[in-house]
Amino acid sequence: MSGILGYATYLPHYRLERKSIGEALGGPPAKGTRTVASYDEDSTSMAVAASRRLLPRLPGDLAALQFATTAPAYLDKTNATAVHAALGLPPGVGAYDMGGAVRSGVGLLAAALASTRRNLVVAADIRSGLPGSEDEREGGDGAAAFLVGPGEAAHPVLAECLAVASATGEFLERWRVPGESFSRRWEERFGVHAFLPHVGRAVAAALAQAGVAPDDVQHLIVTGTHARAAGAFLRMSRAKAEVLVDDLAATVGNTGAAHPGLLLASALDAARPGAVVALVVLADGADVLVLRATEALAEHRSSPTVAEQAAAGRRVAYADFLTWRGMLPRQGPRRPDPVPPAAPPALRSEEWKFGFTGSRCRDCGTRHLPPQRVCAGCGAVDHMTPERLADVPGTIATFTIDRLAYSPSPPVVAAVVDFDGGGRYRCELTDVDPAAVGIGRRVEMTFRRLFAAGGVQNYFWKARLIGDAAVPEPQGV
Amino acid sequence: MASKGIRDRVAIVGMSCTRFDEHWDKSTDDLLVEAAGEVLASAGVAKDDIDAYWLGTMASGMSGMTLAKPLKLGTKPVSRLENLCATASEAFRNACYAVAAGAYDIAMAIGVEKLKDSGYSGLVLPLPPNDGTTADLTAPALFSLLAPAYARKYGVTEEKLKEVFTRIAWKNHHNGSLNPRAQFRKEVAPEVICNSPLVAGPLGIFDCSGVSDGAAAAIIVRAEDAPRYTDKPLFVKALAFVAGAGGGANDPGYDYTTFPEVVLSGQDAYTQAGVTDPRAELAMAEVHDCFTPTELILMEDLGFAPRGTAWQEVLNGTFDLHGDLPVNPDGGLKSFGHPVGASGLRMIFECWLQLRGEAPPERQIHTDKTLGLTHNLGGYPGECVSFVSIVGSRPSE
Repeated sequence: MSGILGYATYLPHYRLERKSIGEALGGPPAKGTRTVASYDEDSTSMAVAASRRLLPRLPGDLAALQFATTAPAYLDKTNATAVHAALGLPPGVGAYDMGGAVRSGVGLLAAALASTRRNLVVAADIRSGLPGSEDEREGGDGAAAFLVGPGEAAHPVLAECLAVASATGEFLERWRVPGESFSRRWEERFGVHAFLPHVGRAVAAALAQAGVAPDDVQHLIVTGTHARAAGAFLRMSRAKAEVLVDDLAATVGNTGAAHPGLLLASALDAARPGAVVALVVLADGADVLVLRATEALAEHRSSPTVAEQAAAGRRVAYADFLTWRGMLPRQGPRRPDPVPPAAPPALRSEEWKFGFTGSRCRDCGTRHLPPQRVCAGCGAVDHMTPERLADVPGTIATFTIDRLAYSPSPPVVAAVVDFDGGGRYRCELTDVDPAAVGIGRRVEMTFRRLFAAGGVQNYFWKARLIGDAAVPEPQGV
Repeated sequence: MASKGIRDRVAIVGMSCTRFDEHWDKSTDDLLVEAAGEVLASAGVAKDDIDAYWLGTMASGMSGMTLAKPLKLGTKPVSRLENLCATASEAFRNACYAVAAGAYDIAMAIGVEKLKDSGYSGLVLPLPPNDGTTADLTAPALFSLLAPAYARKYGVTEEKLKEVFTRIAWKNHHNGSLNPRAQFRKEVAPEVICNSPLVAGPLGIFDCSGVSDGAAAAIIVRAEDAPRYTDKPLFVKALAFVAGAGGGANDPGYDYTTFPEVVLSGQDAYTQAGVTDPRAELAMAEVHDCFTPTELILMEDLGFAPRGTAWQEVLNGTFDLHGDLPVNPDGGLKSFGHPVGASGLRMIFECWLQLRGEAPPERQIHTDKTLGLTHNLGGYPGECVSFVSIVGSRPSE
């Protein structure tokens, strides 16, 4: 039996209140929020964030990591390789990108469900448009990852695949010219006309293939590149309100290639064993997946849930959002531009840079970040064992707020972090309220893009506060 | 410590120090010609009398030709040294060793830095190509890591600590106001210092040393030859240097309230010089006040105050110009700015003036003590190089 063996999602920390757009640009106030990838995130780092949550569940015989996005950090060069490195996957696991189109996200999932091998598929997207546009307002940023393939005792199927059906059409509804930061669309009513026949065909084929009646669907997800056509299909389907899965338009926005996966994850967060889930995606035609939750799902649900992540987060000002998306460049400090990392040193330190892997002395146990050849504890040479610390939490020993250093979102907050079990490293904090930082606060590591310079995306790890244990300030003089 | 030292084997017989300033009208060459000319005059020698040169500069030139070309030396050996912010001290140390070894009779140590041509705020280090994993934090941010750690360890409130930092900046600006060679020659009111715009952590603009251009130089001979040049030589009592292994930045045992490299280099220097109670025996100290918390910590690391008490001593005026142990009587990096390759020699230059009784009357320290200490630090808390020298106006008994 083939199906979904694991799933996880990631929603970034920041939320844009849609009314703030109207407040800045004029126009009627829009309701709700959208998620916003921070200035130090991109589709690759968000793919890492979602996939990392599946690390404990990955099988030894993983065939490949496949990555879909409409906002690739690089072209020509594979972006999935950075995700592969950040997860510390063995070289024998392939890593491939599905580029460009929103439809790639559901396409990956459909292809993986048809495969006889186990694959990790992840979609991550950053969706926006020109200031004041519908895409800017209604888009969202996020990622969803799935472990897909045949089940076994150690990796039971959580949702069995009943059907995969497609209807493909060639029509100009939404498109983007490479290099441009916004999409173009045809007149909205045309999309309804163009999409609906495809949706009808794909849904009918999928239900027939699955052998389920429309009324047997307990979780119906309808999403895609055209909200109005999706709404029109829903009205025609006469589906009951209680089976409709919230499309997260009010809180998250449409996360493009990641959205089908994000909504499927949201349905799996809630589905009871035996429940039938139908995922209908409108993009250049329509794709429909029908799955049935198994008994194993209850034990292996993802944490945090989509709803928990959607409810969290911190407000970002519209001006900062614009700057982070490259729409509002600002004057920086009088400091040199960041220097891009050089390829040979980055290759030599791949496990450190991408996997946050240090070393531990086999003789005296001292941990080193970054990895060292000569032990700082006992002087032993080349008696080291690599140790990945990406998933090890730590505690702040001291910290500062750097108002002079270059950052797209000043000030830079930095801390000296002591890791549980040994090892210290000084790094940036991210997704942080400077006022919340203190000695003794707990942190976890997160994979980020420190900066882009000279056309190079400089990925490395930062720390992020966890918990809210306030540390009492010293009493005294 | 295994260092033997060269106590009283060499002496300084001439020194010079340019004004430290934004020298828009002077090049590195100009500053070198100026400092070299004045130091030769100070010792009463000609450039052909100098057997060998040690040039300190972090980034204002490569190789000994940086000095040989503008001075038209041509036939003399010139070493160029770099050791971060202790670069000038390192040039001085190596020149002293060469003379002590008998390799040369007379050597010049000269340091220069031309920072203001870069157009940037603060220091910019020339780094080799790298893997991009080091957080690009500024120097004030890295030194500000000391503040919360010190406050927490010794139960000092943030407000009180800010007052201490302000007092250090106020004192050094006061001293600098009396020094014609300083970049900043004005007193700064404590409330101006305390309310200056924040740069990093609790540090405001006035908690940071400035950026300037400058040069300084010394001429070194064997101690027994010194009377041929001056009747007031300064004898080199101790030269100590420690290059940290970066332990603190990666060792959870380090608590960011000390510079272990400074403690070690200080102990080494005291042993070399036979100093057992630095607070009582030193006439003065020039220390690396790159940022105000640095000076606070140095007072404890160098043994001028017991652990956890320097903040009180600062507020009590112990380190003021006419306090128990004057620290940075010339105004320090705070008033001079920090042309990296010149600062260490500028510190020794203040010892040269004070211990010979040649400082201007308004800041001359009146004491019968004869020893001066200079401390010069490069790098950051947890990963630094540290230099300590002790010089004295009298040979040992």
